[in-house]
Amino acid sequence: MHVYADNAATTKMSQVAINAMLPYFDKVYGNPSSLHSIGQEAKEALDAARETVAKCLGCEPREIYFTSGGSEADNQAIISAARVGARKGKKHIISTAFEHHAVLHTLNKLEKEGYEVTYLDVKEGHNVTARQVRDAIREDTCLVTTMYANNEIGSILPIAEIGAVCKEAGVPFHTDAVQAAGHLHINVKEQNIDMLSLSGHKFHGPKGVGALYCRRGFPLTNVIEGGAQERGKRAGTENIAGICGMAAALEDACQHMDENMPKVAAMRDKLIEGLSKIPHCALNGDPVNRLPGNVSFCFEGIEGESLLLLLDFKGVSGSSGSACTSGSLDPSHVLLAIGRVHDVAHGSLRLSLSEYNTMEEVDHMLKVVPEVVEHLRKMSPVWRDLQTGKREYIL
Amino acid sequence: MALYSEVVMDHFMHPRNVGTIEDASGVGEVGNAKCGDIMKIYLKIENDIIEDVKFETFGCGSAIASSSMATEMIKGKSIHEAMALTNKAVAEALDGLPAHKLHCSVLAEEAIKSALKDYYEKNGIPYDKTQFPDCENCGHCHD
Ligand SMILES: Cc1ncc(COP(=O)(O)O)c(C=O)c1O
Ligand SMILES: [Zn+2]
Repeated sequence: MHVYADNAATTKMSQVAINAMLPYFDKVYGNPSSLHSIGQEAKEALDAARETVAKCLGCEPREIYFTSGGSEADNQAIISAARVGARKGKKHIISTAFEHHAVLHTLNKLEKEGYEVTYLDVKEGHNVTARQVRDAIREDTCLVTTMYANNEIGSILPIAEIGAVCKEAGVPFHTDAVQAAGHLHINVKEQNIDMLSLSGHKFHGPKGVGALYCRRGFPLTNVIEGGAQERGKRAGTENIAGICGMAAALEDACQHMDENMPKVAAMRDKLIEGLSKIPHCALNGDPVNRLPGNVSFCFEGIEGESLLLLLDFKGVSGSSGSACTSGSLDPSHVLLAIGRVHDVAHGSLRLSLSEYNTMEEVDHMLKVVPEVVEHLRKMSPVWRDLQTGKREYIL
Repeated sequence: MALYSEVVMDHFMHPRNVGTIEDASGVGEVGNAKCGDIMKIYLKIENDIIEDVKFETFGCGSAIASSSMATEMIKGKSIHEAMALTNKAVAEALDGLPAHKLHCSVLAEEAIKSALKDYYEKNGIPYDKTQFPDCENCGHCHD
């Protein structure tokens, strides 16, 4: 049995998405900017895809800009709001301590340019509150950017409440919804979202394609300069096949959301309940407001990379925020941000599910994860010290 | 997984010499949980020969495989030969390690040296202090 439990990293493409892409490689291969009929056919497909994505988010088609993925959409949203802010003398941005690097590194770049960023604390409940956002807003705040749901620990943020706070204060609100789109109900108008990023490959669509929703009237700054594609805001001949595949996947995901959500959440809950029985472990992330597919734990006394290697050997593909998996010497900033100390952050495991997983696979994971944890603990000097009282348990 | 060589995977999946030695002649522990790798080596020495060696490791695949390989390389050897073991030799015996994983194999060399130092100290054997790494400030872990 092989269990793919790394759906937060990327997903298998659905047949619906693959089929939606195929015509655009060798049949409708025209450039949408061309006047001839092959080009115009491609233009029609592009328009249809834009309409589909807009419908899934509750906005107008003209408010959707296709990008090369979630990272580019995040970059463009943040840079755009920063430029608008600078023109008004406002150079303060509010974000959270557990954003994806696509957001964090863009903010770091702005900090070097003289912007000030407040990173909201996420230790309490492994989440933020709209109250924290309200309290952080200042006269010179030009943007609030918080993720919709966290990719590592699964916490779902109170987006509608944050949107309401931002609207009341007149501050633009961007959300990185890469982990939420296709999995949670989104309505940008009802939730007062000004900008939103999503990425095709997190909901069984293709990689390398994403979208930025930007409320009509909010001026975007180009990240990619060139031709007049995407209403002049994102140059480059459109990735028609990718865009059509993403739109089809998103539509499919939104249509089946109400049946998939409880199915995936039931597998998640069984997995969480079973793994919680392993001694000296802790669940990471908001236990209630949680992505349907996210399971994230820290196990004391072991290291994540060796855990992943052994799990892979036993047919389970997961991920970890340990230093030795990231290639840096520090464990994941998300785990550190929620207050996990280095010692336990190294022993993290994320299993992320989709509707393609089954209860049999959950049972398989419930069998092998405890075995592997025990095997590694048996050879761990840290675990021995914990057991003999030379070192105190943290979890 | 293509991240590691077959030798690394073999030693990782089937580590040799895991465990402890009750009445060890020397014990060495290096690394710390903060940086993600800790290695502990137990030596049983008789007539300057390493009669037995065991290890415990908290760490990644590379750290576990290096511990296993290093213990195999010194078992039955003289303490002088064990002193001469380098992390480069361990990495080579493992058929190479990814560049960003080399620091994990350094710990194996240091753990063995630290255990030998413990043995010298316990038995009042004079030794050349400059031969041993100062593990208080070992460079592979930053704070
Ligand atoms: C929360 C979040 N934001 C942004 C990204 C980046 O998306 P992409 O890989 O499409 O650039 C990811 C995925 O890795 C993510 O999980
Ligand atoms: Zn390591």
